[in-house]
Amino acid sequence: MDNTKSTLPKVDMEQDGGKFNGTKLFRNIVCIVLCFLSIFPFFIMLINSTLDSATIVSGLHFLPGDKFIRNFNSLMEGGAKTSGVNVLQAMLNSLCITVPAVALQIYFGSLTAYAVTAYKFKLRNFLWGFIYAIMMIPGQVSIVGFIKVTQLTHLYGTIWPMIIPAIAAPTTVYFMKQYMETGFSLEIVEAARIDGSSEFRTFNRIVLPLLKPAMATQAIFAFVGSWNNLYTPSIILATARDKMTMPMFVEALKANDKERDWGQIYCGLFITVLPLLVMYFALSRYIVGGVALGGVKE
Amino acid sequence: MNTKKKTVEYGKYGYLFALPFFIIFLIFQLYPLIQTFADSLVFSKKNGRNVVNTIGLGNFTEYCFGQAGGGELWHALAVTVVLWLLNFVPQIIFSLFLAAWFTDVKYKLRAAGAYKVIMYMPNIITAATIAVLFYSLFNTNGSLTLIFKGLGFIEKNVDILDAGWSSLLIIAFIQFWMWYGNTMIVMCAGILGINPALYEAAEVDGANSMQMFFQITLPLLKPIIQFTLVTSAIGGLQMYDIPYLFNSGGPIVKLSNGTSINSTTTVVMLIKKYVNNGPTQNYGRAAGYSVVLFVVTLTVSLLFYWLTSPKKEKPEKEAAATVEKKK
Repeated sequence: MDNTKSTLPKVDMEQDGGKFNGTKLFRNIVCIVLCFLSIFPFFIMLINSTLDSATIVSGLHFLPGDKFIRNFNSLMEGGAKTSGVNVLQAMLNSLCITVPAVALQIYFGSLTAYAVTAYKFKLRNFLWGFIYAIMMIPGQVSIVGFIKVTQLTHLYGTIWPMIIPAIAAPTTVYFMKQYMETGFSLEIVEAARIDGSSEFRTFNRIVLPLLKPAMATQAIFAFVGSWNNLYTPSIILATARDKMTMPMFVEALKANDKERDWGQIYCGLFITVLPLLVMYFALSRYIVGGVALGGVKE
Repeated sequence: MNTKKKTVEYGKYGYLFALPFFIIFLIFQLYPLIQTFADSLVFSKKNGRNVVNTIGLGNFTEYCFGQAGGGELWHALAVTVVLWLLNFVPQIIFSLFLAAWFTDVKYKLRAAGAYKVIMYMPNIITAATIAVLFYSLFNTNGSLTLIFKGLGFIEKNVDILDAGWSSLLIIAFIQFWMWYGNTMIVMCAGILGINPALYEAAEVDGANSMQMFFQITLPLLKPIIQFTLVTSAIGGLQMYDIPYLFNSGGPIVKLSNGTSINSTTTVVMLIKKYVNNGPTQNYGRAAGYSVVLFVVTLTVSLLFYWLTSPKKEKPEKEAAATVEKKK
């Protein structure tokens, strides 16, 4: 993971160290402008979440006000009135879907990758090619059939259709297989066999712990993918408003068409962004490194 | 590697361990896809108060290609493609230049790591939240609208969200803004995987950094660029969250032939409209549109695949290998 190391800012002792350099200056200016663009909308969001609606529509403000608590309280009450779910409940609902989905996705992704990496069997190449090919099929095109399946299995309106399919996540299999091929030797599996360990036990006790770094990276991306998903839950949970997830809450926040309380809206957006920002800046090294490794795309 | 020989007898575990994946895949992905194709052949028509279902190509002849659909599918498809192009072209240009800068040993940017982290950040934030945030910033009283009006960029009485083109541009910008950091990081990894000896040799031969970029970096990055192109096109065709929550697919604009049309409605938004509970619900129509979207997605990805790889058979494996090499 050389790349993660090189992403850390470090004092360089280059030949052009202290001298003025036009090219360098130009590049730094472009990058600073782009970074400013990345942060600015979130900055306005943060400031506006502390102002009341009348102040927000009067112009742009750069200093925070003292209305955050008021906005937060009206958000909690307003949310309960319109959708029956407030922002914290919606985030809790999302967590109830995301945590088991991530666990299943990582465990079964690793198990499947192990199956097509460690074992030699007739259909191995076919299965692997198949997993690679289905990575390219977007889920959105089969939503009509997906609704039918959830109705047939009586899972429509429950959180399970967002959890169970995580078992078959081809991107995770792809990533774990790449990691197994480069970062780890199968000889330890042989050793476990000689010691009489069963295949399943070998996977759980010996292989899984060795996959920890890759699992951690994948867990972050699986978490973000599931947590941010709006499309599937908004269809499957359309009639179960009490199970509303966080992105569905954001949808409801905007849909509330009467007298818009902008302070309340910005406050709601801020609360939904906060955990992601905290997680991102705590784990940014691993996340940037993970993107570089897998070319992960949703 | 003697593992090959020894694991032969263990082959059945390969099937066993891959089984859960394939069972779940069959139930929740393959069956729904086939069912969607089957449903696209069920054509529902209102006959007075009753709904009459007929089996056939009605959804395609009436809704997709015919008068009953009012051309909404083709318009949505055009909107989706335009939105994708408007965000992908600048995205790939910015990512390539930034990646070249961040990996340039001659002009090392001290803050490159911090730049990467900040530029990637929007990608991790919930798309729904970002769309509503930009809606809040750009509506009539939005904070950015007020700045633009103050600076005289837009007329006082104009509403940004009432014009089709400005809504389209802002949505494309949001997509660009969310994704160029991701593409840039992938390109950086690709460039770091290129053998440094090539650059050293070029430098000895007197090549400048422009020449090195176009003669070495770009050709060797081709597999990764292609992979990015295909995945981005597939993702772009399924665009939903941002256009839906930014301006609800609107504004409605009148075409010259008198029909009104939603100027930022994408194909997936149309599909969602017909699966939603309510008066517009029509599974057959949604399934018909899904089939068209599936075929378009498949065609586009195969086309890009072909166009960009005239000789090589499996460039995506190389892309993976190049990314992997740097480890």
